[in-house]
Amino acid sequence: MPGTDETPQSRADGAAAAQPAIEFIDVEKRFGDNVVLQDLNFSVAPGERVTLIGPSGSGKTTILRLIMTLESLTDGYICVHGRPLTHEKRGDRRVALPKKQVRSNTKRIGMVFQHFNLFPNMTVAENIIEAPIHVLGMSRADALEKARALLKRVGLADKENEHPTKLSGGQQQRVAIARALAMDPEVLLLDEVTSALDPELVDDVLGALREIAETTDITMLIVTHEMQFARDVSQRVMMFSDGQIIEDGPPDEIFTRPQHERTAKFLSAVLEH
Amino acid sequence: MWDWSRAFDALPLLLKGFGNTLIATVGGTLIAVVLGLVIAILLRVLPRWINWLLKLAVAFVRNTPLVVQLLFIYFLFAKHPVLAGIPSLTLGLIIIGVHYSTYMSESYRAGIDSVPKGQWEAISALSLPPARAFRSIVLPQALRATVPSLGNYAVAMFKDTPFLFAIGVVELVTSAQQYGGRHFAYTEAFTLAGLIFLAASYPTSLLIRRLEKSLARY
Repeated sequence: MPGTDETPQSRADGAAAAQPAIEFIDVEKRFGDNVVLQDLNFSVAPGERVTLIGPSGSGKTTILRLIMTLESLTDGYICVHGRPLTHEKRGDRRVALPKKQVRSNTKRIGMVFQHFNLFPNMTVAENIIEAPIHVLGMSRADALEKARALLKRVGLADKENEHPTKLSGGQQQRVAIARALAMDPEVLLLDEVTSALDPELVDDVLGALREIAETTDITMLIVTHEMQFARDVSQRVMMFSDGQIIEDGPPDEIFTRPQHERTAKFLSAVLEH
Repeated sequence: MWDWSRAFDALPLLLKGFGNTLIATVGGTLIAVVLGLVIAILLRVLPRWINWLLKLAVAFVRNTPLVVQLLFIYFLFAKHPVLAGIPSLTLGLIIIGVHYSTYMSESYRAGIDSVPKGQWEAISALSLPPARAFRSIVLPQALRATVPSLGNYAVAMFKDTPFLFAIGVVELVTSAQQYGGRHFAYTEAFTLAGLIFLAASYPTSLLIRRLEKSLARY
């Protein structure tokens, strides 16, 4: 395995201090013959907010989906806070962890989707309390209290009993953010959360996310085309091209002095509109 | 041609027969609705080779006539010391229920498949346990697509109950046949039988439509 001399367990056994929140070790993802990611290595520190940019098809969304275990990696390892997420190395073998353990590993990872994916058969409040009750074992009353506080925070205090289909896209997305936050995530994955919204609804959603970024220390991985938002909210930007990180640094540097021609080209294309 | 006194005379016997029709339909529907769901779930979760056996069994039941199944089980059980004691009506409603469960399982499967991928992804993203997620998210959404065809199958089952005649259950059509033969009053007996069927199935289909609407609320 090129690029690493440590194994996932040696890290898991190591001191708890300074464990990265997320670590990709020689990750490969292929769909059939199509290799999307290859020998991908990077780590994200706890509390760090990282924006992934790059042309579509460069594998940004796949990275989020791998962390959420919506896709399975075809080789390599992902560790979350030093613990292997889906596979671990035993001796020379790469062993898949049992489903139940994987589900337990993802409990503190939250994801917000481009198309919200709220449960249409439930009210707004029911959407938010479902997982806290049935995954974290919270009481209904506690979960509801928390849901109300979160709804207030995203500016939807009066929508508790509405069905999602009665809400605008921007409102639905803010409910989805509240739903993810109700699980007290250590890691929050934001997958093009404003791409499906009408332009006038984007600001409310980004506003809610800005507030969360400012007031919490949740580790965030953000895939977005909103460059101003990326600049304001994230401490680090990774530029992807063909499944490789071609540039990695603070937003000010990447946005103002891109080192790579590919990055400069991409940025000028995105910033044009 | 039409004799009102015959018609009134026939009515009590026909209603008694209709009682059996109702019992068979309601009992059969309950079995089919539950067993159909169980089959649909098992086909999703069972390991491959058992799954294959179950699929084979389902295909077997679906591709042989109900009458053959009724007669086959009836005569198979007739030789058994204990099973021979099962009343024909009970046996009939179980067989008709199992028969229709194989159709209903397919409706459930289609309904479950109609739940959008994004819903399953949200379920994973929230780490919800599969059983809970199935009950609170997948099934309620699947039922929207499933209920109309479950209703159609229930009505079809209702109209298949005359086959129970084959194993000696006297339901509505058989009562009409018997009364008609005894008094040579087929017109009255079968007209009434038809009207009773209509009087039962029409309100039922209205009820199913209302149920569909209430499921389509959101």
